[in-house]
Amino acid sequence: MTENIKVWPGTPLSEKDIKEKRILVTEWQPNLKYAWDAGIGYGRYFAELKKGRIVGTRCDKCRRVLLPARVFCEWCFRTVDAWVHLQDTGTVNTFSVAYTGTAAERLKEPLIPALIEIDGSGGVAIMHLISEVDPWKVKMGMRVRAVWKPEQEREGAITDIAYWKPI
Amino acid sequence: MQRRVAVIGIGYTPFRPISPDLSFKEMMFEAAQKAYEDAGVCPRHDIDAFVTCEEDFTHGRSIFNIHTPDNIGAVLKRIHTLPAESLYGLADAYMLINTGLVDVMAVESHSKASNMLTPNYLIAHAMDPVYNKPLSYNPYFIAGMEMNRYMHERGVTKEQCALVSVKNKANALLNPEAAYGDRISVDDVLNSEMMFWPLSRLDMSSPADGGIVLVLACEEKARILCDKPIWVRGVGWCSDAPSLETREWGEAVYARLAGEMAYRLAGIEHPRKEVDFAEVDDSFSYKELQHLEALKLCRSGQAGFMVEEGATKREGEFPVNVSGGSLGVGRLDEATGLQKVLEVVLQLRGEAGKRQLPNIKVGLAQSWRGLPANSGAVAILSNE
Ligand SMILES: [Zn+2]
Repeated sequence: MTENIKVWPGTPLSEKDIKEKRILVTEWQPNLKYAWDAGIGYGRYFAELKKGRIVGTRCDKCRRVLLPARVFCEWCFRTVDAWVHLQDTGTVNTFSVAYTGTAAERLKEPLIPALIEIDGSGGVAIMHLISEVDPWKVKMGMRVRAVWKPEQEREGAITDIAYWKPI
Repeated sequence: MQRRVAVIGIGYTPFRPISPDLSFKEMMFEAAQKAYEDAGVCPRHDIDAFVTCEEDFTHGRSIFNIHTPDNIGAVLKRIHTLPAESLYGLADAYMLINTGLVDVMAVESHSKASNMLTPNYLIAHAMDPVYNKPLSYNPYFIAGMEMNRYMHERGVTKEQCALVSVKNKANALLNPEAAYGDRISVDDVLNSEMMFWPLSRLDMSSPADGGIVLVLACEEKARILCDKPIWVRGVGWCSDAPSLETREWGEAVYARLAGEMAYRLAGIEHPRKEVDFAEVDDSFSYKELQHLEALKLCRSGQAGFMVEEGATKREGEFPVNVSGGSLGVGRLDEATGLQKVLEVVLQLRGEAGKRQLPNIKVGLAQSWRGLPANSGAVAILSNE
């Protein structure tokens, strides 16, 4: 049907029309800044990462370790019972190989986001990145270890662990 | 099937200018835990549905609704989030219980206003991008223009508006949860920094942080679970045209129509005679007067005289914003409406401490969405 139409009705716009403001153009840069309160859970979690340690909390009712550390158990809806220090080794639960960035640009080196079950925690997992490995060799069940940033570069953030690499 | 609906549980954190000790998750948890304890329910077993009221931009996260279920015990349960004023959440719960879809429902809202570093820009971002934004005003000018027009149309004076700030900040001194209690004079308000003529600094509420959770139930459940159910007798809500050019500037029409709906559901014909006290929006001093007129809680043009005579004081014949209102408690973003309901419930239960009103049966809570909106909701509650 479309092949019979030589000229579409209407006024076509080019990028030039927009750049030269030959049509109504309005620009606005939203100025939205936030400073989130870390509170108790996030606060200690990040303080411990700065020290090179992963800390979770424990709910004695459902006998789960919660990671990232939080002060209440969302299953039992009660305050947790204790802080627990966790190991920085684990097993890949699931992963993806990300070939595209946020701006839909092609990444030269793909990222490998992964869910890593922490050893000795009963299956609790941390969301992080895997590196120092050929993406094609990453497998579920693969054993990995945290690669920490040098102490002076840590700032109390999830990126204080640079990435995880195969053991 | 039309069923009666009652508030059976309340929980809240103190309202404070800052709250660095709690993340928003911990704030929601604390308010929810207290509300469930108050109602004697377990959220995992006894609550059928949840609604939270949070706007993405005020909380600095897109798709904020995904961040709410775990904090209030709603994981893997029915929950929805309204990017709206929290009295709308109460209206949602009212509808779902009234129609028989759910029996017990929780309503949550919280403010982390202190975490928002550019609040004026956030409001500016809500303005029409083509007609109004390029004029680059601080959007609070809208309040100045509205106050100006309202005072002109109703013969209200700046002194009468100032009396609202004086009254509400004094009321807040008796409310241990309020952030901005103070003993100030009319002159203090008139001499405070001129912001957006005729609006002075002390005509404006200041932001506060805090979380509120209410538990509502159908009559059958309320009678079993609760000694002092506070009945929601009516709700109403309404939005005027958004455009600054065509909206009504003198009268709060949205409040009048929301009120009419709530009165109709509650079977109230003479609001001033049948309602004993009210918590109405007072984000700005003049708003309290404008809303009292719109809600027919005084005769048209009489709100200024009413506050002048002391009728709206705590010991007056029609107490308004005994909690301290937003001027005294602090403005809680979307949670502001639930703070109004909270105060009405506390008063009707007889649990308002030093500020307890005697001999009250029916209270009204009213909210306004805040700048640059002209919409809001009303709830009428009763202890019998
Ligand atoms: Zn648990």
